[in-house]
Amino acid sequence: MVAGYKGTSVTEEQAKIRQETKQTIKRFGRKRGNLIPILQKVQERLGYLPREAMTEIAEFLKIPEIDVYGVVTFYNQFRLNPPGRHAIRVCLGTACHMKGGYITLDAWKRRLDIDRGETTPDREFDLDTVACVGCCTMAPVTVVDNKPEGKVEPTKVDGILLAFEHEREGKGKKKKQ
Amino acid sequence: MKADELKTITSTFEEMKKQAELGWGELFNSDKAVIVVGAATCGRAAGAMEVVRALRNELKRQNLDCPVIEVGCMGHCYAEPIVIVSKPGYPPICYGHVNPVIAERLVREFILRDDPCLEFVLGALEENELIPSFADFPRAGYEKKVILKNCGQIDPTKIEHYIANGGYSALVKALQMPPDDLINEVKRSGLRGRGGAGFPTGEKWEICRSMPGKPKYIICNGDEGDPGAFMDRAILESDPHSVIEGMIIAGYAIGARYGYIYVRAEYPLAVERVQIALRQARKSKLLGKDILGGNLSFDIRLFQGSGAFVCGEETALIASLEGSPGMPEYRPPYPATSGLYGKPTVINNVKSLSSIPHIIENGAKWFASTGTEKSKGTAVFALAGKIVNTGLVEVPMGTTLRQVIFDVGSGIPGGKQFKAVQIGGPSGGCLPESALDVPIDFDSLTDAGAMMGSGGMVVLDEDDCMVEIARYFLEFTQRESCGKCTFCRLGTKQMLEILTDITNGQGKIEDIDMLETLAEDIMAGSLCGLGKTAPNPVLTTLRYFRDEYEAHIREGRCPALMCQELIAFYIIPDKCERSCDACIGTCTVEAISPNKKRIKIIDQEKCVKCGTCIVACPPQYDAIIKLSPPSEVPASEK
Repeated sequence: MVAGYKGTSVTEEQAKIRQETKQTIKRFGRKRGNLIPILQKVQERLGYLPREAMTEIAEFLKIPEIDVYGVVTFYNQFRLNPPGRHAIRVCLGTACHMKGGYITLDAWKRRLDIDRGETTPDREFDLDTVACVGCCTMAPVTVVDNKPEGKVEPTKVDGILLAFEHEREGKGKKKKQ
Repeated sequence: MKADELKTITSTFEEMKKQAELGWGELFNSDKAVIVVGAATCGRAAGAMEVVRALRNELKRQNLDCPVIEVGCMGHCYAEPIVIVSKPGYPPICYGHVNPVIAERLVREFILRDDPCLEFVLGALEENELIPSFADFPRAGYEKKVILKNCGQIDPTKIEHYIANGGYSALVKALQMPPDDLINEVKRSGLRGRGGAGFPTGEKWEICRSMPGKPKYIICNGDEGDPGAFMDRAILESDPHSVIEGMIIAGYAIGARYGYIYVRAEYPLAVERVQIALRQARKSKLLGKDILGGNLSFDIRLFQGSGAFVCGEETALIASLEGSPGMPEYRPPYPATSGLYGKPTVINNVKSLSSIPHIIENGAKWFASTGTEKSKGTAVFALAGKIVNTGLVEVPMGTTLRQVIFDVGSGIPGGKQFKAVQIGGPSGGCLPESALDVPIDFDSLTDAGAMMGSGGMVVLDEDDCMVEIARYFLEFTQRESCGKCTFCRLGTKQMLEILTDITNGQGKIEDIDMLETLAEDIMAGSLCGLGKTAPNPVLTTLRYFRDEYEAHIREGRCPALMCQELIAFYIIPDKCERSCDACIGTCTVEAISPNKKRIKIIDQEKCVKCGTCIVACPPQYDAIIKLSPPSEVPASEK
């Protein structure tokens, strides 16, 4: 264990994570049935579930840390590494797959130069797949920052990335002024 | 129930209903126009929110007072974003494929002046002399909307809209019946669980009611994990109160005080709408302590799933509610005897619960008058894939697949040939042309090798490879297997590896027998539905499309030109136009370059087979084709 373990120093970031986790979970009841809602809330706040947060939650619910880790790794929704500023989720439901979702995924991988489940080194984008977002009629779908985009083919991948680039440049200019 | 309690309940509700109807009447029967926009998730993916913004801005600019209402899914997803304009003097007119520019025109030309912009019309909602109505569409003859009646008609964030359209009156009626009569009524209706397995709902309730344990629970299973299915999402987003009403009635019938609605985290809009609906129901005293001033207390909590397909299985769902990894348990005991925290629990699908108010309101006889002998009522299907009218349809049980695909769905786009329809997601199967005349009900689909499942229907055409779709589903079930049973955990992995080999052109002919043996063992050796049905996509494709497997293995050829390792893109030199550069510009990896004669050539080493160039090549040249096996590409270009 890192944080809070006898003899190891608790770094500032770890302490901050613990603090934020504590803040987030204090309004929940201390029962096992709340584990998943708690994890969802903490991930919503921190963007992912670092080890310190899981330790904190285990202590709060008085359950073994391994049980928290077991639940976190069982469900697809939870992530163990920090997300990028923009979340790219390629839908690979049946309709999306048959209409070329896998080709779209390839295009994202190629453009961002990362594999699914990874974050770009500048932490700008993270790429993952999702089983089905239920927009099968708009296939192939990519969910960009929680907004489902319909009919995302390789050329639209380039278009979406270009829009982000413009946005960044726009912000940069404003700062300079 | 005592007479004074009954009086309190009915008078409280009557007052509420009067208010709601008054508001609804003011909205739609005034001299003002009303604009309705379909804003469920699929509408939003197509840009419905931009349309809403454009409408509101333009109305403000023109100084018009005209309400813009966001409703749920109307079922015509192929034409999203959809806008309905109800203007006095005109029938309500529905417009399809609306974008912000068209939206502004509708305001300026229809609302402000009197030009109904006929060029964008999809159809009218009522019969009239001006515009063809939806009742004239071929699909109208097959559709029968019961569960989807309110979807796309009311604002799901306003409880008044639901009440004004007959909502919650079934609850008041149900509260006047003894619970046993209520259960009998549901039993008589013949309603079978819409989650896919088809267990009679009334019987489930009866078992749960007769159990001594307390407290009892009712759970709404909205963990619609089947890729390709979106009926439950649409209902939760478009008409959440119908599910809540069904749950309160179910709670009263079985004697439960608490309920849970379990919704997938991948459906954020459904989560939001259900939360709003629960808050409103509590505020209106339809939920919580002393419902409508009577003695019944019942409350519902929303629980978000965390992205595990197996949690659609009821015992796994319960495990996840209890805060554990979603691993199924051995049944019996069934949840109706021992479920959440070991207490008697009824778990019903979203569609089963939203059918309940209709059964109570109109009677069991009315419900049972639709459908086949053993499957009563209607079936809701989500049409997707290679079909013209993608969207939601509700048809009576017993309608044939051919009617649903070709009459309601208008067949296959682009003049392509129908190949198969995938029903029931990873647990279902692919049915070919020859099985299309099967009337849809729980038993007939199982006989054909597929299953009802939750109702996802993905249509496949000649460009879809059946081995690849089998591989796709195996990849899905393999990843989602919880790992408890050895056969499911390891067997699906073996099957997936064999199928991957076949799609890569490295299959052996004896692999087909191996697949069949493995399929049998996995079905026999798995505890829950996930494992028991996982081999179905492979078995049905082997049963109906064995020749495609053989072409992959024997010739290294993908007949549908889909498997990436077995195809190559090729530009026919005789057809390529020297002065055209369309493909070069669109190629995402710069794999296309002209030769000395300015004929374009694809560098097979660089090509990632994304297909963008085929789209870009102008139709008058139509020079780019796919070849399989890749060795068909002339040697000079390799």
